[in-house]
Formats: sequence, structure tokens, C-alpha cells
Amino acid sequence: MTNDLQERENRLVGRLSLDRFRPGLVVGAGLTGLVALVFFYAWGIQLRDGIGVAGINRPVFWGVYITTFVFWIGISHAGTLISAILRVTGAEWRRPVTRCAEAITLFALSVGGLFPILHMGRAWKVYFMLPIPNSRGLWPNFRSPLMWDAAAITAYIVGSFLYLSLPLIPDMAILRDRSKGWRRRVFGLFALGWQGSAQQWRSLESGIKVMAVVIIPLAVSVHTIVSWDFAMTQVPMWTSTIFGPYFVVGAIYSGIAMLMIAMALLRWGMDLGDYLSDKVFNNLGLLFCAMTLAWGYFTFAEHLTVWYANEVAEARVLWSRFTGKWAGPFWTMVIVNFVIPICVLPFRWGRKPLPTALVSLGVLVGMWLERFLIIVPSLELPRLAYTLGDYTPSSIELMVLIGSVGLFAFFYFAFTMNVPIISVWEVREGWEHENSHSGAAAAAAAPQTDARTPEPAGGGS
Amino acid sequence: MTRWGMVVDTDRCTGCEACVVACAEENNVQTVGEEEAKKGRAMHWLRIERAVEGTFPEVSVKFRPVMCQQCGEAPCEPVCPVYATYHTDEGLNAMVYSRCVGTRFCANNCPYTVRTFNWFDPEFPEPLDRQLNPDVSVRVDGVMEKCTFCVQRIKEGQRTAKGEDRDVEDGDIQPACASACAAQVFTFGDLEDPESKAAKLSKSPRARHLLADLGTLPGVIYLEDQEWNPGTDVS
Repeated sequence: MTNDLQERENRLVGRLSLDRFRPGLVVGAGLTGLVALVFFYAWGIQLRDGIGVAGINRPVFWGVYITTFVFWIGISHAGTLISAILRVTGAEWRRPVTRCAEAITLFALSVGGLFPILHMGRAWKVYFMLPIPNSRGLWPNFRSPLMWDAAAITAYIVGSFLYLSLPLIPDMAILRDRSKGWRRRVFGLFALGWQGSAQQWRSLESGIKVMAVVIIPLAVSVHTIVSWDFAMTQVPMWTSTIFGPYFVVGAIYSGIAMLMIAMALLRWGMDLGDYLSDKVFNNLGLLFCAMTLAWGYFTFAEHLTVWYANEVAEARVLWSRFTGKWAGPFWTMVIVNFVIPICVLPFRWGRKPLPTALVSLGVLVGMWLERFLIIVPSLELPRLAYTLGDYTPSSIELMVLIGSVGLFAFFYFAFTMNVPIISVWEVREGWEHENSHSGAAAAAAAPQTDARTPEPAGGGS
Repeated sequence: MTRWGMVVDTDRCTGCEACVVACAEENNVQTVGEEEAKKGRAMHWLRIERAVEGTFPEVSVKFRPVMCQQCGEAPCEPVCPVYATYHTDEGLNAMVYSRCVGTRFCANNCPYTVRTFNWFDPEFPEPLDRQLNPDVSVRVDGVMEKCTFCVQRIKEGQRTAKGEDRDVEDGDIQPACASACAAQVFTFGDLEDPESKAAKLSKSPRARHLLADLGTLPGVIYLEDQEWNPGTDVS
């Protein structure tokens, strides 16, 4: 039985093929790296010439940058939150998904976290927002939702990093034991002296459990606070009591979409179909479908109440979305975010890799539009209508948007090149559970002292 | 205690915009040029809103100067992450340009849309650079600015009074808009001093706040027969 497990592990590590040159990944990283350069080029121009190179104006003081910020922070809810919920509820099929989901979180946060700095008029003064003791006795204003943002996102990045790193330790040890030379030393460094002792396994398991429980409220709070950047104001159609949960639902929705695309690409590009199996797509597809309904419900509730109450300033914003200037993007959003998913995802054929990936692409576009439509029309139509606004994104803003996608993808390619994108030990632990359930032979198996093998969590019963 | 306030009698306003010019001259407000102004980046701290009533030939035009309302409960203040905008003891919404990092959150949350932003470094081409007011700092790109009730004139008035060993008297201090207005639309003074002209006018039955139902408690009081919101009915 141990030999069989070993063979299966060998096959998985072989598929991940971290020791071989993989042209697909290298080309992908190279191309997306070039796109990422566009991001820094555009930001450089903006730092040189002034924030005026963006299309924002008075009264539309926020535009593509804040939209994209919310978009990426939303994407970050894919990984950690889903992985944590599945871990806490003990869903066995999660095992191949966790790592590639958690990586999305970390990189989406890293990219999204740049935007609040990028959108500042004076990005080089960002340290004014840090609570650094200074001679003027000035402290950041913790009444500002932007400070809550900074605190929540920082906590979430740290938490996600720990939550991604902890389960990486045994995998790094596996790679260390399988490599030679400098690679062995590098992997050994990241394995943090992992020997696979019972004590180490106990510490790791409890660490992961604690992080999984901590990360769920953290993730919920992050996007709630992002929504409060809007909901705490007096701006028409921003000040809404349901924005917290509405944004959290939208975030998870877009996060699953990104995860579905990443999983489909990994499956095709690295031949991981045995692990990221149809069953995994089917189960995540069901969650995806549930989030479609939840998002549709919130969107309906939000617009219906504003329409019915018909308050002057809010109704103006509403009709600019329904039939006015922004009707095109609005109805596009409704179609790609609700109509298409609801026609595909409830069916078993719709939860296969290709259909879900295509639906997910639409959802990503739709969720970006959703944030744009929340931010821009409200700012274009302030209460004193003498100062009506008009906003068109500038080329710099679009370059930053596209570049940020490149930056995210570059991080993800680079990560996949260097780290097992499927958690080897967790998948192996799953096989052990299967075996121990399926036969007495497993229960009678010799005690494991192998450095790479966890003790069966259930005590082998 | 002092609460600086301004009473604006819209029925006296002729729409000549002398106040707008005076404000820009006094406060070193940059002129952004045609292209930028088209993008909605004109920087006036004070604007004249217009509303046309009736149909030709029975037409009349109403004017309303709108500047920072110096709210008592200012929506712009709590949202600033760095205290670049804060409330002074004298009821002013102060702007600390050197502290501003340019998140523009204050401007989004201002229901009066009176805050302006420096999208680029200001340019004062010859000979405009020779008439900059030395009492007012020139702002750099990336910071927010807005009407200050000419705080430099308030300070000057207080210094003069102190030098003469007396209290500031009503009418000592005049913001640039008020001193430029031929029609005497603006009355500036201490709203907490019941004897001041501004405080007395603010008790007028014609007195009202702009967007009063938002509860921002503005320090600017308009004298007009009824509140009007130009543009609301324009589709």
C-alpha cells in the first residue's frame, strides 16, 4: 500500500515537473511579464507628469483606478476564503484546489494593494497614512474608511501569506528530498527544517486549523470595509446599508470565476485532469451557481428599492444606468453576470471545465463593470446638478488596468514554475484517508516514519 | 467663541463674477487653460450657478454664488485618512495642503462639489507670476484645495486688532469675494456674535441652507425665497 501511495505521489510530482524546463510556463511568464511592464510604464508617466494624465476630473474624482482596486480585492476572495471554508467543513474534494486558490488570493491582493497608492495625487507621501510617531504629533485619521481599508488589507495580506505558507512546508520538504545540489539547498531553506515528526505534524495541523478559522472573518471584513469606502458617504446610491454583504458576495463570485479560469488553464496546460477533475469542477460549479443567484438577488434588491423610493438624486443615478448614458455597460453586466451563468451553471454539462471557464470570463468582465457602474454614475450626478460630470477613461488608466492583469498573471506563472501548484502532501493525505476507509489492509499498515508522510488524521480507523 | 459665517443674498447678485476673479487673485488659484477646463478641471473656489426661469420673452435669470459651505458637520472631514482637512476652533474647514496625499475622498463626499484638485503642477506664466499673493501658499500637483473664507485675511484682521489692543470688530474682516462685490451680496462675520450683521441677517425669514436636509450645518446662509437647484429638472 505504501508503495502504491509512493507511486501515485511520484506521478503527481512528475506532472508538476518543477525540475524540468516547461516552455509553456516560461513563455506565459515572459508574455505576461511584458504586459506587466505596461503597468509600471503607465504609472511612471503618471508619477512624472501628475495624476492629471488619468481621465478623472471634477466631480468624477474616482474612476478606473478605484474600480480596478475593488476588482482585485474582490478576486482575492477566491482563494483563501473558499479554501478555508472547505477546510473547516472537511470537504475532501478541496485537496487539489487549495493551493492554486490561495495563490490567487495572495497575488490578487498584491496587485490590488498597489491601486490605493497608485490613485493618490501624491503617491510618494503614502507614509502619511502610517501611524509613525512624529514631531508634529499627527496620527492617521482612524475615522476614515480609507484607514480601515489599509488596516484590513494589510491584515488580510499577512494572514493569506501565512495561510498559503504553512501547508507549503511539507511540500518543500518533499521537493528537498527529491532534488540535488543547489535546488536541494533552496528547497531545504523553505522547508524550515521539516522532518515530518509527529510533533511537527501536530503543530502544522493546528496552525492550519487556526488560520483557516481566522481567515474567514478576516476575508469577510476586508470586502465589507472596501464597500464602506462608498457606503459611509452621502453620495447618491453609494450610501446603502446592504453594500457590505453585497460586496462580499460579489467578491466571492468574481473570485470563483478567477479560480475556475486558473484551474481550467492548469488542467489543460499541465495535464492535471486527474487531480483537478470533473468532480472538482462540478462541485465548485455548484458553489459558483449559488453565488450567481446570491449576486442576482442583491443586485435586484439594491435597484428595486432605489427605484421604488424614487428619491430625486438617487433616481437620477439609477436611470443613467437603466436607460441613460451607462445603459450599455449596465445591461452587458446583467447578461454576463446573471443571464448567461444562470442558463449554463445549473446543468451538469455546464459545470465542465470549458463552459465554466467561458462563463467565468464573462463574470470577470461583468464584475469589473459592476464596480465601475457603482462608482462613476453616482459621481457624475452629484446632488447640486450645476456640476454635472462626464468621465471617459484615459489611455494611461486603461494601460494600468491591462498591465495589472499582466502583473497578476506573471506572479501566477512564476509561482507555478517554482512551487507545487497542487498541494502534494494534502492530496496524498486524501489518498490515505480513502485507503484507510476502503480496507483493513490500510489499518494494519506499518507505522509511517517516512519524512513525507503525515500521520492519518483519523487515527487510521 | 467664534464661528465665521457668510450670508449670501442671491436676490442682489447680478452674476458679474467679480467675486470669482477676486477669489482667484487673492488665493493664487491656478488657471488651467481651455483643454483642462473642458475636462472639468477648472479650479474656481467660487462659482456662480445660474438658473433661467420662464420662456422667451418672459425670461429671468437667477444667480447663486457657491463656495465651500464651511459645514459644522462636514462630510469631507472624517473621510480624510491624514487629517489634511479638519475643523478649527473658529468653525472653519481648514485645508493643510502639505498634509494632503490626494485620495480625493473629501471631494467625493462633498455634496456641494466645491472642492477642486490640482491635477498638474500649477503654472503662472509671465506676468501672472508677479501678482501672486505672498500671504497664500501656492499648491503643488496632487493636493486638494477649496475656499478658506480667506483665512489669511481673518488672521490679518485678528493680528491687527491684537496689535491695537482691541477685539476684532464686525466688518473688520472681508474675504476677497465680499470686498469685490459691487452689489453687496456677501456679508461676512461671526455668527456667534448676536450683534454682528451676518448673525442678524441669518435670522431672516428668507435665510436657508443649501441642501439643508443633509444635516451638514453649513456656515454659509443663503437669502432666497425658496431653494432652487439648477439642473435638476434639466434632462
